[in-house]
Amino acid sequence: MQFKKNKMKTSMPQQKPEERIKNFDEVNLGYDEKSAIKEASRCLQCKKPVCIDGCPVKINIPKFIKQIKDKKFNDAIKTIKEQNFLPKVCGRVCPQETQCEEKCILAKKKQAVAIGYLERFAGDNEKSFDIPKIKKISKKIAVVGSGPSSLTCAAKLALMGHNVKLFEALHKTGGVLRYGIPEFRLPKKIVDDEINYIKKLGVEIEINAVIGRTISLDELSNEYDAIFIGTGAGLPYFMHIPGENLNGVYSANEFLTRINLMKANEFPKTKTPIKKAKKTIVVGGGNVAIDAARTARRLGSDVTVVYRRSFDEMPGRIEEIEHAREEGINFLMLTNPTKILGEKIVTGIECQQMMLGEMDSSGRRTPLPIEDSEFSLECDQVIIAIGQGINPLLARNSELRTGMRGSIDVNEKYQTSNPKIFAGGDVIGQEATVIKAMADGKNAASAIDAFLRGELKDDGSNRAE
Amino acid sequence: MPIITKKQKLAENIFLMNVKAPNIAKKAKPGQFVILRIDEEGERIPLTIADSNQNEITLVFQAIGKTTKQLSELKKGDNMLDLIGPLGNPSDIREYGTVCLVGGGIGAAELLPLAKALKKAKNKIITIIGAKNKKSLIFVDELKKLSKQLIICTDDGSRGMKGFVTAALEALLKKERLNLVYAVGPTIMMKSVSALTMDKARTTVSLNPIMIDGIGMCGGCRVIVDDQVRFACVDGPEFNGHQVDWDDLLNRTSHYLEEEKHVCNLRKIK
Repeated sequence: MQFKKNKMKTSMPQQKPEERIKNFDEVNLGYDEKSAIKEASRCLQCKKPVCIDGCPVKINIPKFIKQIKDKKFNDAIKTIKEQNFLPKVCGRVCPQETQCEEKCILAKKKQAVAIGYLERFAGDNEKSFDIPKIKKISKKIAVVGSGPSSLTCAAKLALMGHNVKLFEALHKTGGVLRYGIPEFRLPKKIVDDEINYIKKLGVEIEINAVIGRTISLDELSNEYDAIFIGTGAGLPYFMHIPGENLNGVYSANEFLTRINLMKANEFPKTKTPIKKAKKTIVVGGGNVAIDAARTARRLGSDVTVVYRRSFDEMPGRIEEIEHAREEGINFLMLTNPTKILGEKIVTGIECQQMMLGEMDSSGRRTPLPIEDSEFSLECDQVIIAIGQGINPLLARNSELRTGMRGSIDVNEKYQTSNPKIFAGGDVIGQEATVIKAMADGKNAASAIDAFLRGELKDDGSNRAE
Repeated sequence: MPIITKKQKLAENIFLMNVKAPNIAKKAKPGQFVILRIDEEGERIPLTIADSNQNEITLVFQAIGKTTKQLSELKKGDNMLDLIGPLGNPSDIREYGTVCLVGGGIGAAELLPLAKALKKAKNKIITIIGAKNKKSLIFVDELKKLSKQLIICTDDGSRGMKGFVTAALEALLKKERLNLVYAVGPTIMMKSVSALTMDKARTTVSLNPIMIDGIGMCGGCRVIVDDQVRFACVDGPEFNGHQVDWDDLLNRTSHYLEEEKHVCNLRKIK
């Protein structure tokens, strides 16, 4: 059998750790044709491809992999784009190990096919793309936000023939892809490429437009036949421990926005400053925490990530955690900060050791404090990356019904309490990944199309009281 | 791109600019602000909207940091790259009774739209404005027209009372019952005003912390109000002055002073 010969994943060429901590260039360099074909040949082309079940947007994975194997690279990307409008993004940032690759039959024997790497290869090797002939429908749809959920919704609606206008509050599009994910993991050029494709589908984009302030949702609602809200979860959570407001304590969002959106790493050439810390503590275990840690490392800091559970519970992508370790980032597991020390500026952090108890509602073991286990660590910078809440601006300034922690309530068709307004992605409440937000955007687009055709029955179940 | 339609020097280092931005102008209410970026390398800075009509907004700023200095070098007809707004929650305009507006430095500019709106809402307005000297005073005539009484304070006594706005407010509190004190200006001034009015008059302040996005995303503008972490951009910018943790805010706004100086020096060398 073929996989016996070729049990292991074809390795991904990378920048060496000692080099890459000195720059913000991409770490993974991408497959060349030969490696891509070699890796694609490992796919068993299963009759019942379970990998597709693991993909939130249901890409025909075996088909595009076969096309790569057959050197039909442009066909491969076409196959992907039938379901996914951001292939170059997803090929880089999706947690494949818990999605498509987790289901791969080969994963049980040895190593799963590197579906993510192959998706990236197909995306990066797209030589030309045809914009399909789109039969225009005279409906107008406004999409609020320009992150993965909104971009996907806008692209799908445009392909269905609708007139779509997308509104972004910041001066650049892409949402979390722009301000959140660092250059070394997702180059901004890649984000630009993907957004250019969506523009070519006919989606109009207005930046610097704050819906809920510059234009009210009511005004938008009067002008458009339907609205999709994909404003995401931006509001950073804090721990509410003493010392959290000291200078040198950042939310991961602020830290990453300064670097990714405002290019503070090039200060004073650029005008947004960032402090160069000697010792940084990052609190959290998700992708945002790892991104912040690796960014701080590239700014020359010694970095320690503290996380209150163990490695097994860390929600960050395994590959990024490995990359972080290679880059010399320290990890302190089962450790929870209780106090940030300092007078005006951070000088250290007091922590408590934790142990794991019973499973909680998230399916992870609950961290419990161990008595008298406090210890302190020196540092001059703390980055808090324990999650984000719903961006409050739009939800608060509208009549839409909201739920837990300010999320916008939707029914199973992504419809809010106002029947012509739909919402998806992090703003409807789940802690989502890029790909899950995209799946929402796609499904919402179908629902919006059905609504505009009069096919979506409004049973009044989700009306505001 | 938003175009500058008027530029005027109001006093030493204080400038007024009208910017064509119909979408923002139509919506702007007293107490709100905009965030602007001058060019591709620029930072995002917040500025209060001092006035607006259907087409333009008025910004008044002191050329004090690197970006405001750069802004002051722009001329009529120049563009700024990005402008978003109106941001923040509008002031709570109602009939309070007697309202004392206290403005320090360019804070006087922020008092203008408030004074107009509060007068329209049938309040009796007493205004106190302060500046270093008579040359640094702005909007004296405009505020005089809107106020029952206008008290001017200068540090050097070159016009009005010699001393800080707080001295004038202290004297006023002894003879007048104030239903609302509204203070806007340097953080240290708002802190002093709030200390003075504690147990005497309800006090609203308009905070101006370090801010990047202004839309509830970065958490840089966090302030402690009533022992809670609040974001000035989406929860404010106005808060009850008696509940603000002023020392925390003063510390946080000082975080990048070194970098400011560094860039300002580089600009001088250039």
